[in-house]
Amino acid sequence: MWRDFRCAAALACAFAAGAPAQAGDESSIVLAPGEGVGQVQAMCAICHSLDYIQMNSPIQDAAGWEKTVTKMVKVMGAPISPEDGAVIVAYLARHYGKEPLR
Amino acid sequence: MDRRRFLLNSTGTVAGGLLIPRFALSAPQESLPAGAVSSGILDALPGKRPLVKRSFRPPNYETPVAMFREAFTPNDAFYVRWHSAAIPELSLAEWRLRIAGPGVKSPREFTHAELTRKFKTHEVAAVNQCSGNRRGLFEPHVPGVQWGYGAMGNAVWRGVRLKDVLEDAGLAAGALEVVGNGADAPMLTGPDFVKSVPMWKALDPDTIIAFEMNGQPLPVWNGHPARLVVPGWTATYWIKALVDLQVTDKAYDGFWMKTAYRVPKGMFGDSGFASQDTEANSAITSIRINSLIVDPAPDAVLPAGRRTEVHGIAWDGGSGIRKVEYSLDGGVSWRAARLGRELGRYSWRQWSFAVQPKAAGTQSVAVRALARDGATQAGKLVHNPAGYHHNVVQKVDFHVA
Repeated sequence: MWRDFRCAAALACAFAAGAPAQAGDESSIVLAPGEGVGQVQAMCAICHSLDYIQMNSPIQDAAGWEKTVTKMVKVMGAPISPEDGAVIVAYLARHYGKEPLR
Repeated sequence: MDRRRFLLNSTGTVAGGLLIPRFALSAPQESLPAGAVSSGILDALPGKRPLVKRSFRPPNYETPVAMFREAFTPNDAFYVRWHSAAIPELSLAEWRLRIAGPGVKSPREFTHAELTRKFKTHEVAAVNQCSGNRRGLFEPHVPGVQWGYGAMGNAVWRGVRLKDVLEDAGLAAGALEVVGNGADAPMLTGPDFVKSVPMWKALDPDTIIAFEMNGQPLPVWNGHPARLVVPGWTATYWIKALVDLQVTDKAYDGFWMKTAYRVPKGMFGDSGFASQDTEANSAITSIRINSLIVDPAPDAVLPAGRRTEVHGIAWDGGSGIRKVEYSLDGGVSWRAARLGRELGRYSWRQWSFAVQPKAAGTQSVAVRALARDGATQAGKLVHNPAGYHHNVVQKVDFHVA
């Protein structure tokens, strides 16, 4: 299942990859270390660069981040299990929430 | 104030660092979220000059405000906004436009050559502004792309009238909306970015299928080879890499119409899009009257005892700009700015005035535009959940030395 989604993402990337529609260098994005960062990098980055997280901080509390993650799963089709979703929400609220712990 | 911080930080100054003068921090209202400031670096996409990066993928880049000194925004400085990272690259030779749906009598498919041979060319100068332009300045902040002032641009768009193409296919009784789809695709199983406009707007003689902006083919980042141009309406309707038009006999209910790009019913007046109105909300449609101080930048230091020319722009949803006023005393008294030449009712209009601060300290400058339809800018932010239509009167406290 997981592999299938990665395939879909890879195809989408191939579709977008031909020059010049090649976006900027994402390797400059460094997320805060902490529990859950692995899941965030593996799953959120399938569809979008992780600067979306930085850009949207610190403006949401845990409930706000949960709403965002739920939208990504239910509307956008992100292949995130409820367990991973909870880890991701906790990570986002902790490091990129309204009162982030740094 | 807000933009001062944003610009300082976009050019690499550390937020809260010693290099920011005290006056720059005097107005905590209306600043971008800290994370948007630090991640909003200058970055150049291929074929573009450096723009303020909001997100790499999908690419969302805004135009630095200084570029708005030009009447028309150069194509390589024009902002970039995509919902999905799967951005198509279609050659003009291979490109086809389909027109079908229950609202047309004879479905059609055109090549670029066929379209331009068959239909008269039409040109329109128009502001293209993202619905969420200035979202980042909302207080309290709302999630989404945290745009500053630069998710907009002004261009001369050239193509064929949507009206002519639709009439060639023949409109059936009951034709209600025209649904536009681009060749971009969702990344996974999410909803495709598809938007509809009501028939009256589709048939407006200034609504076009554009192949060029500012005399050049559209850049890939701005919708090559063809995009819808819906003057006066926010850019969400200006479908890029347009390949398909469906004329429907009922309201299109895809996610990007039914759920996204919505404003609370009545908050911004009549939507002009009745088939998309619900009890609770309406589709965002017309651009609100707005203005922007372009030069000097908010962090510029004005010389005491000397004249400084202040330049800016004003625009609305197509009624045109009647007047631009400025206040140097915090909004107590207002005077008329000089208006530049009118470049078309959907274009922005340049304005200017001179300010001569007497002594060192602070010079407050506020600017507001008045539209021909009588609308004025908001004195206070009209907060809404998705962060649309920010058109609060701008006030800058310039440092004078």
